[in-house]
Amino acid sequence: MLITVNGVSREVDPGLTLAMLVLQLAGESGRDQRGIAIERNLEIVPKSEHASTVIEDGDKIEVVQFVGGG
Amino acid sequence: MTDPLIIAGKSYNSRLIVGTGKYQTYQQNADAARAAGAEIVTVALRRVNLSDPNEERLTDFVKPDEFTYLPNTAGCYTADEAVRTLRLAREAGGWNLVKLEVLADQKTLYPNMPETLEAAKALIADGFEVMVYCSDDPVYAKMLEDAGCCAIMPLGSLIGSGLGIMNPVNIRLIVEQTRVPVIVDAGVGTASDAAIAMELGCDGVLMNTAIAAAKDPIRMANAMKHAVIAGRDSYLAGRMPKKTYADPSSPLAGLI
Repeated sequence: MLITVNGVSREVDPGLTLAMLVLQLAGESGRDQRGIAIERNLEIVPKSEHASTVIEDGDKIEVVQFVGGG
Repeated sequence: MTDPLIIAGKSYNSRLIVGTGKYQTYQQNADAARAAGAEIVTVALRRVNLSDPNEERLTDFVKPDEFTYLPNTAGCYTADEAVRTLRLAREAGGWNLVKLEVLADQKTLYPNMPETLEAAKALIADGFEVMVYCSDDPVYAKMLEDAGCCAIMPLGSLIGSGLGIMNPVNIRLIVEQTRVPVIVDAGVGTASDAAIAMELGCDGVLMNTAIAAAKDPIRMANAMKHAVIAGRDSYLAGRMPKKTYADPSSPLAGLI
């Protein structure tokens, strides 16, 4: 199924949870993703619900983190 | 002699808040923040770069356990965008203390005050402690204070301009009427600008480009630290009155 992550279309398997998506995005780096926040269809999904939230076809997901800024 | 800056009930020893943008590296950024003696740093919220998971991260250099993160809304042009951004920032970091800025125009980055006030009210109702970037208009500054903002942060001059404190009269009016901290945010270009802001009675100064764009950012950070301390002491000491004519420093009696 097709979803949008940070503005880019992405093909993912049905049944994928947000937690699994985050792991995929971290790729081989294996670095922790504690500093991120996720928005799904303009609604914030709390960290405690990443593992239980199943992504649906057409979802628009934003994954954000802190960067340098003034 | 302690003279803490108290924002939203929390006490800080440093009156200099620094940004984390425009540095050559995050390492230089961290070194500058330490040289400035800063306890609070502003940070922005952006999409994770999915094409490069190994990209350097701010949080690995300017660490949230060493500095208080102050998430901003830079790049937001409506109240809704700003509120959305800070709710995500709260989810990412768990902090309620935020810097609200709603911009009006890309050329000047001047604040859009009606949108800023609307966003401030929405954020405060949602439990945020809002430090607010604003114009140097005392009327709007008062509205923001009355809405419950925990710090009023008028611009000295345009963001990134380095033009200094362009309207000291208005900054002073805001200082005199405001009961929460007043922090000059934006416009400081060099150390004397920071000292002038503090001598006007401001409670602190927030800057980014003045340090990041200096030829030697670490040294400039150190200069800014001293300027803010000197300006604060000068304000508290109370300057001598100005006079039109000379007044000799040496005694006139006993002249040979």
